[in-house]
Amino acid sequence: MSLIVEGLRNTLVGPFTFSVKGGQCLAMTGASGSGKTLLLRMIADLDPNEGRITFAGIDRASLSAPDWRRLVALVPARSGWWADTVAEHFPEDREAEWRALAAALFVPPALFERSIEEASTGERQRLALIRALLAEPRLLLLDEPTASLDPVSTQAVEALIAKRLAAGTTVIWVTHDAAQADRVGNLTRHMQAGGVLAT
Amino acid sequence: MTPLSLHAVDIAIAALLLVVDAALSIGLRLRFHRALLIASVRMVVQLVAVGYLLRYVFAGHSPWLTAILVLAMSLVAVREVAVRPVRRLVGGNVLVALPNVLGIVLLTACFALLTAIRPHPWYDARYAIPLVGILLGSILNAASIALAGVLDNVRQQRDAIEAQLMLGATFGTATAPLLRRSIRTAMVPVINQMAAAGVITLPGTMTGQLLAGADPVEAVKYQILLLILLTGASCMAAVGTAYGAVARLRDDRERLRLDRLR
Repeated sequence: MSLIVEGLRNTLVGPFTFSVKGGQCLAMTGASGSGKTLLLRMIADLDPNEGRITFAGIDRASLSAPDWRRLVALVPARSGWWADTVAEHFPEDREAEWRALAAALFVPPALFERSIEEASTGERQRLALIRALLAEPRLLLLDEPTASLDPVSTQAVEALIAKRLAAGTTVIWVTHDAAQADRVGNLTRHMQAGGVLAT
Repeated sequence: MTPLSLHAVDIAIAALLLVVDAALSIGLRLRFHRALLIASVRMVVQLVAVGYLLRYVFAGHSPWLTAILVLAMSLVAVREVAVRPVRRLVGGNVLVALPNVLGIVLLTACFALLTAIRPHPWYDARYAIPLVGILLGSILNAASIALAGVLDNVRQQRDAIEAQLMLGATFGTATAPLLRRSIRTAMVPVINQMAAAGVITLPGTMTGQLLAGADPVEAVKYQILLLILLTGASCMAAVGTAYGAVARLRDDRERLRLDRLR
């Protein structure tokens, strides 16, 4: 389940060449605007890009884009919502699972019946993470997943991701917080202006 | 049933209403008399020119002349559809508007001329030109609303669309809500027109026929046929334009390409 990125670039950032071993977490820090989000979007194939990505021995080019994105889930810093109520964004047949995940992340159960506008930024961030985890992706791309969370919820998110790592999921975790990067990452990288990765 | 003939003097008497309007504008300082004068003169000149042009085309029985006129009218409609949205597709909104407007007006007009109306010859300008004209009016409305619905809202819907893409949804699934909303909005005017016909308003075509001396029931039959044709054409135009616009924003890796929108 290792991720191998070779010469990944677009017109703004890159090229990036790095690899992450299966079941490990690459924690990435760097100033705002240095290209961390763009790198995650390129890996998820949401922006036009050049370069080669292999994950778990599968060449990205050999999969359709939707199949690739089911394998590789991006949880963006600003989550998007397309239906009216919170619950409509989750698969009906797996309610027990998302209710359990919500409990683990301290999301109030009553929130699912309400409209998405009523959820706070921090609640939306956790809901988006739950939504992505339900699809059982093998590679998780997290863009500042705890940016609007209090310390208790932050700890809950870190514990939940640690469980997924132990189960073999590979993670790239973008964070502003150097202490968090040290806590969650098996290896850490710092992105410098213009999209250059440094150790 | 000879239509009551109108003379220039009769129209001049009616134009007194416009003089009253202008007087009000000057008296109350509403400052629209200049625009009113220009619009009135344009209206008269344009309609008189069209009257003589149509008289010439109707008398000629030339299918080529009819075809050229149909094409010219369609191109004006294409331009109107393309300029209505605030946003522009790279390469031009015309790429979406042209095939839809032209294809649908030809399809609907030929369908009506070959089945319901059946003049001899079927391309007789007396029937083809007015039919194309009224069809283009409805197609223009539906297509421009649908196109603006997609192009002017897609940026705001970006997070919602990409959230679905990130979960592995196809581009079609992710853009379906935007498409549906745009098409439904585009269908509102023509559905209202059908619902209000005869009760709230007497449609323009029917009013014209009645004033020209036609039997009300005959006029109604034509009106029903026309409203059905207009609704059919509007629906196809709305669906075709909305899907066409969305297709221009997608690439081979099912990405939302907002860089193709200015």
